[in-house]
Amino acid sequence: MTHKNINLKLKVWKQKNSKSAGNFETFVVKDISTEMSFLEMFDVLNERLIGEGKEPIAFDHDCREGICGTCSMYINGRPHGPWHATTTCQLHMRAFNDGDTIVVEPWRANAFQVIKDLMVDRSAFDRIIQAGGFISVNTGNAVDANSMPVEKDKADASFAAAACIGCGACVAACKNSSAMLFVSAKVTHLALLPQGSPERRTRALNMVAQMDKEGFGSCTNTGACEAVCPKEISIENIARLNKEYLMAGLTLEK
Amino acid sequence: MLDAKIPAGPVDQKWTKYKGSVKLVNPANKRKLEVIVVGTGLAGASAAASLGELGYKVKAFCFQDSPRRAHSIAAQGGINAAKNYQNDGDSVYRLFYDTIKGGDYRAREANVHRLAEVSTSIIDQCVAQGVPFAREYGGLLSNRSFGGTQVQRTFYAAGQTGQQLLIGAYQALERQISLGNVTMHSRHEMLDVVMIDGKARGIICRNLVNGELERHFGHAVLLCTGGYGNVFYLSTNAMGSNATAIWKAHKKGAYFGNPCFTQIHPTCIPVSGDHQSKLTLMSESLRNDGRIWVPKQKRETRKSIDIPEEERDYYLERRYPAFGNLVPRDVASRAAKERCDAGYGVGTSKQAVYLDFADAIKRYGKIEAGKRGLENADEATIIKLGKEDVKEKYGNLFDMYEKITGENPYEVPMRIYPAVHYTMGGLWVDYDLMTTVPGLYTLGEANFSDHGANRLGASALMQGLADGYFVIPYTIGNYLADEIRTAEIPTDHPAFIQTENAVSDRLNILMGIKGKQTVESFHKRLGKIMWDKCGMARNAEGLKQAISEIQQLKKEFWSDVRIPGEINEMNPELDKAGRVADFIELGELMCIDALQREESCGGHFREESQTEEGEALRHDDKFMYVSNWEYQGDHQWELHKEALNYEVVKPSQRSYK
Ligand SMILES: Cc1cc2nc3c(=O)[nH]c(=O)nc-3n(C[C@H](O)[C@H](O)[C@H](O)COP(=O)(O)OP(=O)(O)OC[C@H]3O[C@@H](n4cnc5c(N)ncnc54)[C@H](O)[C@@H]3O)c2cc1C
Ligand code: SF4
Ligand code: FES
Repeated sequence: MTHKNINLKLKVWKQKNSKSAGNFETFVVKDISTEMSFLEMFDVLNERLIGEGKEPIAFDHDCREGICGTCSMYINGRPHGPWHATTTCQLHMRAFNDGDTIVVEPWRANAFQVIKDLMVDRSAFDRIIQAGGFISVNTGNAVDANSMPVEKDKADASFAAAACIGCGACVAACKNSSAMLFVSAKVTHLALLPQGSPERRTRALNMVAQMDKEGFGSCTNTGACEAVCPKEISIENIARLNKEYLMAGLTLEK
Repeated sequence: MLDAKIPAGPVDQKWTKYKGSVKLVNPANKRKLEVIVVGTGLAGASAAASLGELGYKVKAFCFQDSPRRAHSIAAQGGINAAKNYQNDGDSVYRLFYDTIKGGDYRAREANVHRLAEVSTSIIDQCVAQGVPFAREYGGLLSNRSFGGTQVQRTFYAAGQTGQQLLIGAYQALERQISLGNVTMHSRHEMLDVVMIDGKARGIICRNLVNGELERHFGHAVLLCTGGYGNVFYLSTNAMGSNATAIWKAHKKGAYFGNPCFTQIHPTCIPVSGDHQSKLTLMSESLRNDGRIWVPKQKRETRKSIDIPEEERDYYLERRYPAFGNLVPRDVASRAAKERCDAGYGVGTSKQAVYLDFADAIKRYGKIEAGKRGLENADEATIIKLGKEDVKEKYGNLFDMYEKITGENPYEVPMRIYPAVHYTMGGLWVDYDLMTTVPGLYTLGEANFSDHGANRLGASALMQGLADGYFVIPYTIGNYLADEIRTAEIPTDHPAFIQTENAVSDRLNILMGIKGKQTVESFHKRLGKIMWDKCGMARNAEGLKQAISEIQQLKKEFWSDVRIPGEINEMNPELDKAGRVADFIELGELMCIDALQREESCGGHFREESQTEEGEALRHDDKFMYVSNWEYQGDHQWELHKEALNYEVVKPSQRSYK
């Protein structure tokens, strides 16, 4: 609980809209309490900028609890900043020292266009889900929830994959801008459950096809995605996706 | 008198009979009927997906960049359902009874019974969609008890129940989008309802990316836009949660039900400074194992761990021996406030109490040592084993606490304080979920809901999904069956043009003020007035002051707010300004409502109405009704009452002693 105040220099990406070119601007912030969250530091800065008659910095955020997946800042060369398994909104200023310079950029990937400043368009993720990230069951069609037991370890593994918040940090961290960790998390979540089994082949093929169509790159197994994922989604899921994909290709082609 | 259109018959047969006799729309006609769904949280996503499956043409809207990010995602604890999988005596009736009692007898019996009935189908539906609920070793679903109920009826997915349920509904929604049955408009904010011949026929919204105003037609409009806890500025709600959609509808004729009924959650991380923008909930489940205490000595300066056992006041256990730390939320919150106000609070702000896991760690450690056959395990071993157990149960919450506060809750007690969490009030709806405006429906937290004056834990998720999956798909037919001859109304209809012009004028006025104070500063000031005078405890004098302070604030806002940027581009400050302007007006109505209700019930505690021991005192003879407010112009509302009749449950004073 020892909190102190620090002074920092921020280099922040500013870009008016998707059509204009952007550039870094430098801001000095003073007396930032180490109790603050990273986004609260931006709130303080924005209040000051508005007071000075300037435009505030636009950034995406909502829950500020690390669960909605909205916040998305590339901080000092790392999506979501220096803390392990932590979203931007949960990063606190305790992570920094007096006098530090912090560079803040948006997610960078062909499939994620910048909308303004630090905000990007991640609707490609929704379209990947549309391609097959679901179980086709209409409301009212369900059988009793306990009529189909699920082995606990499979249920737990499915849950671990379902923890993905769709933030896109994995894409931002990858030198190929691959979305494999995101796609594999969804494929794993559904494939491990008996309810998701009937559609697993088409699901894997269709989601991967959509991913390619959106302009995400291919996976070369660098592991950068896993290292920055705030929900610790394991790279083992990618191996599973590859297996699902191969099996699907084999069975559907014959 | 308001007519809630409750079907006749015994309470446990109303819904079945209703479903058997409600008007239907044939499939060919459904394709011609358009439904607008504003909001894609649990209520909106489930409604949009289900209506799309039925064949209606659905247009859905949300202000986030994806429907998967609605505030519902943040729910931690769980969702209730009367499955009785644990064979511990649960039933539809018991869930119904608990909800009515928990709501302090200010909810409608017929609706609550329906909610309890459909609760079981929700779990079936979610499991079929692939929601990975927690399971036991035998592969069956696991349950826990939550919020002080005596049965284990809460289904959960670790501390991420809301996320998993929303992802389930979101995936169902995305499937309908890919099939072409639903069109999704993300990063869009609804700014008004379009009325034609007395019916809701569409909306005006702002595309938040380019600032353009858009007109959308619908044969019916569903508002699923969530709660308005952010009136208080600091709350556990997401930053974007707002009241604008329901407030605009209110101004177009929809009555607002019980606006002052707010839930203050007892276990949140306390405010740490002026910079704070939101508060973080620590799940209620922590109260199953943590013990709440303050020092017996006023203005104590010692560290928590240096205060000996006999100098600690476990005030909930002392005041409520029967329920102890598991008393309902409103009771726990008020007790914390009472201690802090009396000078026993802890931490730098003195506005906090301890939630201590030391005993739980020891207890679990002993059990674990026993399981492993370690007969004479020393204290250190026991504590080590206990910590592992507690980590398994609450690890993610403990981590979150440590990230935010920098303190390790395995070593020192957590500091917690109550925070605004949920709004039971909302737009009044009848049994069909229709507001007083024909064709305008409200679902989920946005309606005045089934929770009366106080919501039980794990019941909001249940209500949102009940409304969206299992209620609206039936009840909307009752209205739309008579609309099959209404052709699509072109959006160059004068009503669309007029409404759009009014929206555009307001945005221009806001931008034109060019004052000196930021939107945020107004929001903070509103929040402070509301928290101090319309928060955990309310009295007539304070409420009157609050009303005049808010009126003053409104004047100041409209003459001195500063909004940077332009109108025809992305402008988050402008969006926020519109929301705060609406919060200010809603805040006034909340105080008016609280002033009118001269009783204490559920989350609404009027200091003038308490027992000698300081417990809440209801006045069923005078206030057994829903307060519904009709907007009549600036600062003017008329009250319409919906009487509540209890045919099945007999109201009694709640006691947790
Ligand atoms: C931290 C936290 C934990 C909780 N835990 C639990 C729990 O364990 N169990 C439980 O039962 N309940 C819990 N609750 C309560 C519960 O989460 C909410 O009541 C519920 O999720 C609300 O769902 P909803 O669909 O009504 O609204 P929301 O999920 O709030 O969705 C609102 C939607 O409306 C949209 N919207 C709003 N305004 C507009 C507009 N003007 N134009 C366009 N779109 C708009 C938003 O984009 C969003 O899509 C919790 C709440 C909080 C804050
Ligand atoms: S896999 Fe991890 S990094 Fe990628 S979107 Fe999901 S949560 Fe974010
Ligand atoms: S704002 Fe929701 S995860 Fe960061």
